Amino acid sequence: MALLRITSPHTHRAGRRTSWVMLMVILATVPGLIAQTWFFGYGTLINLVIASLTAVISEALILKLRQRPIGFFLTDYSALLTAVLLALALPPTVPWWLTVTAVAFSVIFAKQLYGGLGNNPFNPAMVGYAICLVSFPVPMTQWIGAAGAQPSFSESLHAIFGALPSIDAYTMATPLDAFKHKEGLMSSEAFATVPGLQDISLSSWMWVNLAYLAGGLFLIWQRIITWHTPVSMLAALALMAGAFYIIDPSNAASPLFHLTSGAAMLGAFFIATDPVSSCTSNRGKLFYGAGIGILVYIIRTWGGYPDGVAFGVLLMNFAAPLLDYYTQPRTYGHKKAKKGINTGGGH
Amino acid sequence: MQAPTIYAFHGGIHPPENKAQSIALPLGTPSLPNELVLPLGQHIGQASRPLVDVGARVLKGQAIAMNNGFLSSFLHAPTSGTISAIETRPIAHPSGLSDLCMILTPDGEERWAELETLHDWQQISKTDVLAFLAEKGIVGMGGAGFPTQVKLQGAHKHPLTHFIINAAECEPYITADDTLMREKTLELVLGIEILQHLVAAETVVIGIEDNKPSAIAALQQLLRERQSAIQVAVVPTKYPSGGEKQLIQLLTGKEVPSGQHPADIGILCQNVGTCVAVYDAIQQGRPLISRITTLTGDALNTPQNVEVLLGTPIEHLLQYADLQPKKLSRLVMGGPMMGFTLDSANVPVVKTTNCILAASKKELPAPAPEQACIRCGMCEQACPASLLPQQLLWFAKSQEHEKAEHHNLFDCIECGACSYVCPSSIPLVQYYRHSKAEIREAREAAVKSDIAKQRFEARKARHEAEAAEKEAKRLARQNSAATKPAAKKPAKPAPEAPASTATSATDDSAKKAKIDLAIAKAKLKKLEKALLEAQEKEHTEEITALQTQVDATKKDIAELESQVATAPAPAKAASSATKPALSDEAKKAKVDVALASTKLKKAQKQLADDPENAALKAKVTDFENQLKDAEQRFAALDTGATAATTAPAGKPAMSDEFKKAKVDVALASTKLKKVQKQLADDADNDALKAKAAEFEQALKEAQARLAQCEPSTTSDAAPAKADKPAMSDEYKKAKVDVALANSKLKKIQKQLADDEQNTELRGKAVEFEKALKDAQARLAALEAPAAPAAQEASTATPAKAVDEEALRKLKIDTAIAKAAVKKAEKALAKAVELQSDDTSSLEQQVAKAKAYAQQLEQAMANGGQVASSAASSGEDAQFKEQLKKQKVAAALAKAQVNKLKRQLAADPEAQSLQSDLAAAEQKQQEEDAKLEQLTNTQENR
Repeated sequence: MALLRITSPHTHRAGRRTSWVMLMVILATVPGLIAQTWFFGYGTLINLVIASLTAVISEALILKLRQRPIGFFLTDYSALLTAVLLALALPPTVPWWLTVTAVAFSVIFAKQLYGGLGNNPFNPAMVGYAICLVSFPVPMTQWIGAAGAQPSFSESLHAIFGALPSIDAYTMATPLDAFKHKEGLMSSEAFATVPGLQDISLSSWMWVNLAYLAGGLFLIWQRIITWHTPVSMLAALALMAGAFYIIDPSNAASPLFHLTSGAAMLGAFFIATDPVSSCTSNRGKLFYGAGIGILVYIIRTWGGYPDGVAFGVLLMNFAAPLLDYYTQPRTYGHKKAKKGINTGGGH
Repeated sequence: MQAPTIYAFHGGIHPPENKAQSIALPLGTPSLPNELVLPLGQHIGQASRPLVDVGARVLKGQAIAMNNGFLSSFLHAPTSGTISAIETRPIAHPSGLSDLCMILTPDGEERWAELETLHDWQQISKTDVLAFLAEKGIVGMGGAGFPTQVKLQGAHKHPLTHFIINAAECEPYITADDTLMREKTLELVLGIEILQHLVAAETVVIGIEDNKPSAIAALQQLLRERQSAIQVAVVPTKYPSGGEKQLIQLLTGKEVPSGQHPADIGILCQNVGTCVAVYDAIQQGRPLISRITTLTGDALNTPQNVEVLLGTPIEHLLQYADLQPKKLSRLVMGGPMMGFTLDSANVPVVKTTNCILAASKKELPAPAPEQACIRCGMCEQACPASLLPQQLLWFAKSQEHEKAEHHNLFDCIECGACSYVCPSSIPLVQYYRHSKAEIREAREAAVKSDIAKQRFEARKARHEAEAAEKEAKRLARQNSAATKPAAKKPAKPAPEAPASTATSATDDSAKKAKIDLAIAKAKLKKLEKALLEAQEKEHTEEITALQTQVDATKKDIAELESQVATAPAPAKAASSATKPALSDEAKKAKVDVALASTKLKKAQKQLADDPENAALKAKVTDFENQLKDAEQRFAALDTGATAATTAPAGKPAMSDEFKKAKVDVALASTKLKKVQKQLADDADNDALKAKAAEFEQALKEAQARLAQCEPSTTSDAAPAKADKPAMSDEYKKAKVDVALANSKLKKIQKQLADDEQNTELRGKAVEFEKALKDAQARLAALEAPAAPAAQEASTATPAKAVDEEALRKLKIDTAIAKAAVKKAEKALAKAVELQSDDTSSLEQQVAKAKAYAQQLEQAMANGGQVASSAASSGEDAQFKEQLKKQKVAAALAKAQVNKLKRQLAADPEAQSLQSDLAAAEQKQQEEDAKLEQLTNTQENR
C-alpha cells in the first residue's frame, strides 16, 4: 500500500489556480474591450489578435531558449494577459509592427529575462508600452476621433497593415491631448477648438472608462484584487485634480474629467493591480496607488506626455519593494508593526 | 443568560466541512485488538518510565508507566492482560520514526484495577487534586498533549479572567468533540466545574462553532437546568477559529503577546475532551485509557466516531470501519489542514489522536505542480496571524533568515490557510517549517560554539597559567640546585653517589608518573567521548556525572604532569654541579657584564628624564643587547664555575636585569595609564585604542620579563608571586574592558531609548552587548582560577533563581510519587492477601516508587537543588546513585524475605527454606544497615 506522504495541509481550494486568476482578469476586460471597439472601431480587436499571437510565440520561443517546460508556463496565461492589456492600451490604428514590438519586448525582456512570471520587478505591459511611447511618440498618441466618424473594419485593417493616409481623417486629438496643448486658452475654449471634442469624444472616453470600472468591480467582487490600489490611485488623482480645480477652475480640468479620461480606470483596476510588481501589504498598496495617482496627474498636467499611467506605474514599481518593508501589517500578538529591513538587532 | 460578545480575527478560510459523513452513525465501540501498542511518549515532555516489567500481568486502569520529570505523564493499561514486550515500534508521528512502546496483550477479561476516586476534591488542597490528575495520566487532548496539571499550574501565574473551553473543532472532517459534547454533555459540564474550582476564573466560556447545532442545544439546555454561570459562545464557522490564539481573540478580543502564553494575559484554554477526562478521573477514578476518535474518509464504508482504547492499532480501526483498501490513497492522522500522513496503518492510537482520515485519491488529490508566486496576496488575506506569507516565502527560498525573522516568521501557527488558498499551489507551510528548523539549528549551533569557545579560552588560560607556573618552578629549582651545593663550600666536586641514587630514585618515580599520566590521559579521552555522546543525546544527568569525572581526571593529569616535570629536573641539576670550573674566562665575562650594566643604567636614567628621545631609546636597546650578550656568556661559563664564584657573580647580574625589567614595567605602566586617561575622555578614538593596546602589550611583555627575573632571585616563594601580578594585570585589563563596554552600551541604549526605530543604533547596541559579554566572560575566566570560592558563590545565585520554580515542580512530583507509592503499597497488600504469585513485580514497583519519592523529597529538602542536576556536584550525584542502588537492594532483600516467609508458611517443614530464610533475613539486615549508614551520611552532609 503506497500511501502518499505529504505535509499539511492536505486539501486545497479547488479551481482557483493562477491560470484561472489570469483568465478572470482577461474576462474582466471584456466590457472595456466592447466599449473601446464601439467608440473607436475594430482596430482594438485586430490589435488584440496580433498581440496575442505575438505573446504566445515569443513566450514559447524564450521558454525554449531558457529550457523551461513550454506548455506548463504558457498555460498560466500571463503572457496572454500582457498581450490583452497592451492591445487595449495601444491606439486602435497603431501599425502592426509597433504592437509586435511592444508585446515581444514585454514578454521577452520585461518578464522572461528577469526569470519569468513572478520575478519581474516592473509591470511587463507598461515596459513595452513605455518603450514604444518613447521611441515612436506620434503613432502612439494618435487616437480615432469618436463615434459617428469611425473607420470600418477594412479601413482599420488597412491602417494597421499598410499606411493608409486617409486614416488621418479619423484621428484627432484626444481630450487629454487637446487640454495639454491648449496653450493660453481657457478650458472651455480649448475644447471648442476641435469640433465634436466637447460632446462626442469626451463622452465616449467616459463610457470606455465606466466599462473598465465595471470590470474592475467584478475583479474586486471575485476577490482577485483588493480595493486598496485602485481606490487610493483614483482618490489621489481626484484629490490632486480637485485641489487645482478649486484654485483655478478656468485653467485646470475637473476631477471628473481626470477620472474618466485616458487610461484612468484601465490603469487603476488592471495595470496598477498587477500583483507581481506592486506592493503586497494592504497598507503598502494604499501608498503605492496614491503614488501612481499623484504621478499621473503631474505627468498629465506638467509632463511631456498626454497621459501618465505607464510612467506612473513604472516609477512606483521602483518604490514597491521599499514600501513593502515599511508597510508590514501588525502581526498577531505584536503591539506595533515592524518596519524597515532587519539589521540583526530587530528583537 | 446574555450571549457573550464575539470578536473577529484576521483572515481565515472556509474549506468544505465534510463533517456530515462521520456523524450519521452513533458512537461505535470497536472490539479488543490482539495487542495494544502504548508509546511511552504520548505527550509533550519526557517519555514516561515503565513501572512494570515484561511479563507482568496488569489490570485495566493500572498504572504501567509513571511520569519521568516535570513535563511528563502517567500511562495506564487500557485493558487487563500481560505486558508482552517493551520495544521500539513505529508510532504516529510526523517524522515517521519508531519509539519505545509497551506492548499489552489483552486477556479479554477486562478486569479492572481498584479505582480510587477523589470525591472530596472541593475540600482537599488544589495541589493534591493536580497531583491526582497527573497520576491519572490526563493530558491535553486537543493537540499537543500538554500535561494538564502543568497547564493548570501555569494558570496560577496571573489571576484568570477567562477560562475558555475549546469546542470549536474547526478542522474539516473531524467530529470527535461534537460527538463527545452530544454523548457526554453532563460529564463535560461537571468536568468544567471541577476545573473552574481549581483555576477560579472570572468568566467560564465554551467556544463552539455554529456548525454543531445539536451540541450547542444540548449544552445550553443542561446549563440552563443547572443554572450554571458557564457561558456558551457560538462563533461563526471559519478555519482556524479553534486555534488557541484565534479562539482567545474571538471570545475576548485580546491577543496573546508574541512569545508568551495565554496564562500570561490571564486566560486558560482547555479542550472539551480534557474536561471529560478530568471528570472521569476525579469522580469515576478512571485514568485516561480511551478517547473518542473520528474515523472518516471516502475509503471507509462506515465512517463514524468510536470510543477507542489507547494503543489500538489504526489497522484494527480501519477494518472496523470497513476500509476499501483500493480506494485508500492518503492516510492522515488529524484533520486535512494540520494533520500528518501516516506511512502505514501499523501505528497505534494515542492520547491526542482525534481523527483518522482515510482519504481516496479523488477526495484529497495530489497537489498540483507548484507554479511561480505572483504575489497575488490571497495568502495574506487568509493569514490568521496577519503575516505576509508571500514575503516569507521569498525569504525562505533565498534563505534570508534574518529578514524572515524580522517578518515574524515565528508567529506562524502553521495552520495551512495560506497554502490552502494559494493559486500557484505552493506548499507555503512546508517552506516555513523548513526555514524555522534551519533558524533553530543555527541558533543551537551558535550557542554550542559559544560554549565551546568559552571552554577553549578558559582551557587556554589555564594551560598558560600552568606553563608559567612550571617554568617558574623550573627556574627556581635550577637556581636552588646551583646555589645549594655552593653553600657546602668545599671546592671538591659534589659527592657522586648521592646524586646518582637520587637520580635513579627520581627516575623510577618519574617513570611511574609517566605511566600514570598516560593512563589518565587515555581515561580522559574515553570520558570526553562519552560526554560528547551524552551531550548529543541530551542526557542531562549523565552529562553532569561525566563532567565531574572528566574534571577530576584532568586534575589528576595536571598533577601527574607536574610530577613528571619535576622528577628529572633535580637529577639534571645535580649532575650539572659536578662540572669543572673555568674561572678566568668567567671573570672576564663578569667584567663585561658589569661594564654593560653601568652603561645601560646611565642611558636608562637619561631616558627616564626624556622618554620621547628616540636616539636614547636606541642606545638603551643597544646596551641592553650588549648586557644580554655578556650575561649569556657569563652564564654559560658560570654553570661550570665553582660554587664560590657562582653565587656572588650570579646574583648581581640577576638583580640588574631584574631592576631593568622593573624600570620597563614602570615606564610601560605610566604610558598606558596616560593613554587610558585620554581614552576615557574620548572613548571612540580608534588611534588611542590602538595605542592603549600596544602599551598594554608592552607592559605585559615587561611584566613577563620581570616575572622571569624575579623567581631566579627570590628562590622558592617566587613562582606564586611572579604568576600573580601578571594575572592580576590581565584581570585589571579585563575589568577596564568590561567597564568601557558597559559605558558604551549604556550610551547607545540611552540614544536608542530616544530613537527606538533606529536600526543602526540597535545593531550597535547588540554589538556592544556582545562585546560586553565577551569582556565579562574573559573577566570571569580570569576570576575563576583566582577565586574559586567567589565562583562558587556566583554559580549559587542563578541556581537560587531557578530554585523556586524547581521547588514547585518538585512538590507536585513528590505528591504524585507519594500517591504512587501509596497505591502500589495498597496493591501489594492486596496481592499478599490473595497470595498472588506475582507479588514480586508489585514489590519491585513499590520499591521503585518509594525510591523515587524519597529522592524527590530529599531533593525538596535540599531546596530543589537536585532538580537542576547541574547544581549538584559530581560527588553528590555519585553518592545519590549509590544511595538509590542501596535502597533498591534493601527493597529486593526485603522482598526475598517476604517471599520465603510465604513459601515457608505454605510448607513449614522444608529445611532448605528455613535456612534460606535465615540467610535472606541476614542479608536483609545487612542491606538495611548499609542503607541506614548511607542515609545517615546523607543527612550529615
